[in-house]
Amino acid sequence: MKLYIHFLSIHLRGAMTYRLSFCLSCLGYLLTTMNVFFGVVFLLDRFQSIGGYTLPQLALCFSAVLSASGLAECFGRGFDVFDRLLSDARFDRIMVRPRSLVFQVLCQEIKPAVFFRFVNGVILLVWAMGAGAVAWTPWKWVTLALMVLCGALVFFGMYLINAAVCFFTLEHVEVLNIFTDGAREYSKYPFGVYGKGVLYILTFLVPLALVQHWPLQYLLDRGPAWYGALPLAALAFLAPCALLWRLGVGHYCSTGS
Amino acid sequence: MRKYISFFRMRLMAGLQYRAAALAGLSTQLVWGAMEVLLYRAFWLEHPERFPMGMEALAAYIWLQQAFLTLFSLWSWEFELINSVKTGDVAYELTRPADLYGMWMARSLAVRLSRALLRMVPVILAAVCIPAPYGLRLHTGPAVFLLFLLSALLMLVVVCAYTLLIYALTFHLTDPNGIMVLSVAAADLLGGGVVPLPFLPDGLRQIASLSPFGSMQNVPLRIFSGDIPLPEIPAVMGLQVFWSAVLILAGYLLTRSGLRRTVIAGG
Repeated sequence: MKLYIHFLSIHLRGAMTYRLSFCLSCLGYLLTTMNVFFGVVFLLDRFQSIGGYTLPQLALCFSAVLSASGLAECFGRGFDVFDRLLSDARFDRIMVRPRSLVFQVLCQEIKPAVFFRFVNGVILLVWAMGAGAVAWTPWKWVTLALMVLCGALVFFGMYLINAAVCFFTLEHVEVLNIFTDGAREYSKYPFGVYGKGVLYILTFLVPLALVQHWPLQYLLDRGPAWYGALPLAALAFLAPCALLWRLGVGHYCSTGS
Repeated sequence: MRKYISFFRMRLMAGLQYRAAALAGLSTQLVWGAMEVLLYRAFWLEHPERFPMGMEALAAYIWLQQAFLTLFSLWSWEFELINSVKTGDVAYELTRPADLYGMWMARSLAVRLSRALLRMVPVILAAVCIPAPYGLRLHTGPAVFLLFLLSALLMLVVVCAYTLLIYALTFHLTDPNGIMVLSVAAADLLGGGVVPLPFLPDGLRQIASLSPFGSMQNVPLRIFSGDIPLPEIPAVMGLQVFWSAVLILAGYLLTRSGLRRTVIAGG
């Protein structure tokens, strides 16, 4: 952990050297997020509600996934750009060091600017709470925290899959971005809004609905209390991700000199 | 003129080589389009009376938007051009017996067109197979279809002229990144990327349709889906011509004044 904090401070100082570029990246994230949310605001302004959800409730739903993906992308960035580690054979160096592989890849790349997305999510969350989206109880706070933390881990699992696939294809497979970037963008509405098919895919195949749609039902008093514990079930997704990663590492034979 | 045309053809051929990237983009665009259609379908089923355009027209808009994405997306900047100004490599271009702005324009048009040609066909084929009212259908007569093609061409010119204006600004600024970030966001919001223009609230909608961003994807997509009635089309396309002229003139003048100030050091 101490080592990780050391790496964190290195990356942070690195980013701060180019302060203008750091600020512009933050601005870019802010504007992109605002545009997505504006889309929700405009439609809700016209239609008042969708599937029984009001604007603050949708903001709550979006902010939870936004924060989760911000956390995952900031700290799990090493897996997101894993093809570069493979192509310049930095992974060979990682394998000879006496530390865990996952830990070292995590230390390779940390993108502080993406942390701003997490901040964005928190700001949106505060607004949603101020607008009275939910009647809060202590257990609902726990559920919300689980949504963000387990959500981040599910996103991280997807990065792990992306990275593991790189062992076989040697380059990043763009198709997998559908689930990372796409999920973040379309989590502006609870997945149930898109229909049963999408909801089931995102419940049983990639369990994003378990950290978004289902616990939200509990938060809004539209479903039983055990829905609030479903984010924990989403963690089961990490098992196949880890398995694929191991398979990939086993398959790995160095790419170059 | 002939040298620009042959330069355009060269770039077009080069761009058409990247077939694997196009195939990878295809699946993303299909999923994106499907999610958009499903989302608006939910609103449409719940409040059909408040829908500002027909579901069929909207579906056509969404699918064509996905098919044309690389034609108008501002975020696919050509960093090669910007870097050539930053590093001074632009000096090589200046030795050629051709105008820099003309060369850049030919290049930008070709790059966008080649990317779009590769991606367009499979997206359109897939979208046509989706049942009505959620798939892509032609709702208009041949006359309007011709107008659509013409306005798509005008859109391409407006988009390229806008990006060239930003590249020309690189001569005058140290870092055009800030303006690029703002442009992408503004184009997304005012151009019909966030929600189609008819869905914007009053006031903002009028501003958006008059802005240069409103002359981009908004016009051809809505002409195709039959959302802009025939009598209004000349005015909207006139605005496209106006913005192409203004942006080209501004970009051309900025490039010229930028080149006049430029001192290339070293050899």
